[in-house]
Amino acid sequence: MISNFLSPELGHFTLALACCLAGAQFILPLLGNQKNDFHLMNLAAPLAWGHFFSLMIAFVCLIIAALNDDFSVQNILQNSATDKPLLYKITGIWGNHEGSILLWSFILSFFGILFSSFSHRLSFSLRTKIIAILGGCATGFEIFCLITSNPFLRIWPAPMEGQGMNPLLQDPGLAFHPPILYTGYVGFSVPFAFAVAGLMEKNIDSAWGCWLRPWVILAWIFLTAGITIGSWWSYYVLGWGGYWFWDPVENAALIPWLTGTALLHSTLIVEKREALKTWTVFLSIITFSLALCGTFLVRSGILNSVHAFASDPTRGIFILVLLIIICGGALVLFAWQAPLLPFTALFAPFSREGSIILNNILFCSLATIIFVGTLYPSVLQMINGQTISVGKPFFDKTFVPPALITIFFMAFAPWLAFKKTSLKKLIQPLSFMGIITLVIIIISFIYLHRFLPALATGLAFWVIMGALTDFSSKLSLFKTSFKNNFHRMKNLSLSFYATYIAHIGVAVILLGIIGMAYSQQKIVEVPIGTTLHLAGYEWTLEAVQNHKGPNYLATEAILKINYHHKTICWMFPARHFFPRQQQVITNVAIHTNLIADLYAVLGDSKNINDTSPTYILKLHYNPLAPWIWIGGFIMILGGFLTLIDLYNHKIIKQNSKQNMEQPL
Amino acid sequence: MKRKTQRLCIILSCMMGFAIAIVLVLSAFSDNLVYFKVPSQLINQSQPIGSVIRLGGMVVANSLHHLNDNQTPITTFDVTDGQAAIHVSYKGILPDLFREGQSVVAIGSLNQQKIFIATEVLAKHDETYMPKEIADSLRKNGKWDPRFGSPPDPSRWNHMIKPQ
Repeated sequence: MISNFLSPELGHFTLALACCLAGAQFILPLLGNQKNDFHLMNLAAPLAWGHFFSLMIAFVCLIIAALNDDFSVQNILQNSATDKPLLYKITGIWGNHEGSILLWSFILSFFGILFSSFSHRLSFSLRTKIIAILGGCATGFEIFCLITSNPFLRIWPAPMEGQGMNPLLQDPGLAFHPPILYTGYVGFSVPFAFAVAGLMEKNIDSAWGCWLRPWVILAWIFLTAGITIGSWWSYYVLGWGGYWFWDPVENAALIPWLTGTALLHSTLIVEKREALKTWTVFLSIITFSLALCGTFLVRSGILNSVHAFASDPTRGIFILVLLIIICGGALVLFAWQAPLLPFTALFAPFSREGSIILNNILFCSLATIIFVGTLYPSVLQMINGQTISVGKPFFDKTFVPPALITIFFMAFAPWLAFKKTSLKKLIQPLSFMGIITLVIIIISFIYLHRFLPALATGLAFWVIMGALTDFSSKLSLFKTSFKNNFHRMKNLSLSFYATYIAHIGVAVILLGIIGMAYSQQKIVEVPIGTTLHLAGYEWTLEAVQNHKGPNYLATEAILKINYHHKTICWMFPARHFFPRQQQVITNVAIHTNLIADLYAVLGDSKNINDTSPTYILKLHYNPLAPWIWIGGFIMILGGFLTLIDLYNHKIIKQNSKQNMEQPL
Repeated sequence: MKRKTQRLCIILSCMMGFAIAIVLVLSAFSDNLVYFKVPSQLINQSQPIGSVIRLGGMVVANSLHHLNDNQTPITTFDVTDGQAAIHVSYKGILPDLFREGQSVVAIGSLNQQKIFIATEVLAKHDETYMPKEIADSLRKNGKWDPRFGSPPDPSRWNHMIKPQ
């Protein structure tokens, strides 16, 4: 039988094989490059494929062991049980430390083959070097996986039943959040490899930037999606009614996202104008290093986090050494080679280049702020043993002002032309927009009673107007015929739309955050039949019933929601009791109409003196809450459109080149 | 525009950006740091009433009580670090992993009656976890040596004798 053949031993073996192949993928092509041996260099792509396939077999072996409830495998014993639903048997594989490292390596090897398949027209030596460096990173992680966190370790005698998974992880949101987030993190390994290979080649030109850009965007899309889904998960699973906690785990994802966003913008300048080369190389290295540091510092227990799963402090030293080799090595190479890079093109401060430098400064400042806020408590504790924590009030004060400044410039920065822009042209539309924004700020101040939310509301509309203004001026709306407008609209490039869609996404998120600042909540303890009033809605606790799930017992409340005496929906907040772990998980009920969320959590029940039992209920009214995640997905849409645009451009370029090469 | 001017512009704007960031960080550090305290520190050191701190420790067994104050549920429990215990009052739904005899972190402040009014109660998502601060505090007080196995049962801490 095939499942017998794909045993954990085969998985263990193929993992070791993958590690060897990754080592070969790293060493042989670089050796070939040194000796000018074409055959050795040509081995890079086949080795990457071999590396990928062996890891795939290892991964499939682990999945099959989990599906077969093979409790002789320690990892499955600790994280699975026979009554776990099928989906979570599969996704539970990456819900623990060992499995997540295997997933990490697997995604890294996948990026290796993805790159080797989509880079045939890149210069041969650069391409081989990039594949080799990806192999080098993978070797490190696979050695780590084999030595300190092997998911295939057996245990004897095998127990009859596993210990089961943390019930919090038994949720569709968390099933797909780690692979997406990891794809984002690991995706930045390709820009990292581009940077290191470019430094080794001592040649960074517009082709380098042009080829780098799609990989940055791809990684950015996945990282954005990972953060968005993670935030959504913490909103609807944890039941505390918030969406962002400023916890080290969240910050660890946000820091590389910020530098990655800076990188996304600066590659444009390398591609179009061959400027900012050294800086872009540096950003590529730093972004991947931060992604590594973030995930692994949290994993190693150096940073304390409330919701880190899969952490184990004993592996800290190995991780630290690995980080120093990869990041330190790249930074040393940067310090040694970067001054030798040729100097770049000139530009005026008021130009697209200038605006992107400003963007980079702001994004890096934001990243620095979060970095300091996240690491400072650990550093202080190491120095004088004092334990402090830095929470929401700190980040509200430090993060919000630069973020609002960034959003202010975001509205009109894409208007600027390359090289030089005259300010005169900008003044008229900007002052027009400014007046409308001021009016919006004043109106929203009357409604919101606080200055900061009113200002932020104005800024969100400022960004949206910025997009619309540029759109109408590109179309020469109201200046020519309708047909002409339409013709111009068809000629606009996809990347034009992509930029503004992504920027509007930020504005939508901002509006969502402002709305959430005005959420209303109520905590009550009431018997069945009580009607409560919150935000104009009447919430009636109709009944509470019990039923049985696959591996839990559920207590479910039935809430009737009336608005102006008309029933608009029923909500079913529940508590799930998992007997194996002796643990209760709250199941939040959310009703959304896309403008606001009604959010209900069921708490403990109490039964004193045989009277009717009372139930704790926590009710929230969260205006504009869904916009936070909708905005995230609008940004992702913008990223995808850019990717499609770049792909189309490459095909057009390729075709025109072929046409030119045809004999006349 | 000359190369030197361009470089100067970039460097100046960079420095301005980072200067703003540093000023913001430092000013926020001065009044937004939340100190982590264990109950014995909170009782021994005089703490200004109303200042926000994070209180960490283990929930004393059999100390959890629910009150119902005019439809508002209030939970009270005691938190100990093995040296002293402090009374905590919290309005809201306790986290799923909150248990007697397990570690907990409460954010809030001490009131006049020396009762800790928590605005937020956190429990780790992993049932076998003990916050590093609490483990350190236990070690410092000589109540637990990690070389000799897992930490003692929190319900016994208050009765344990500090080894000489």
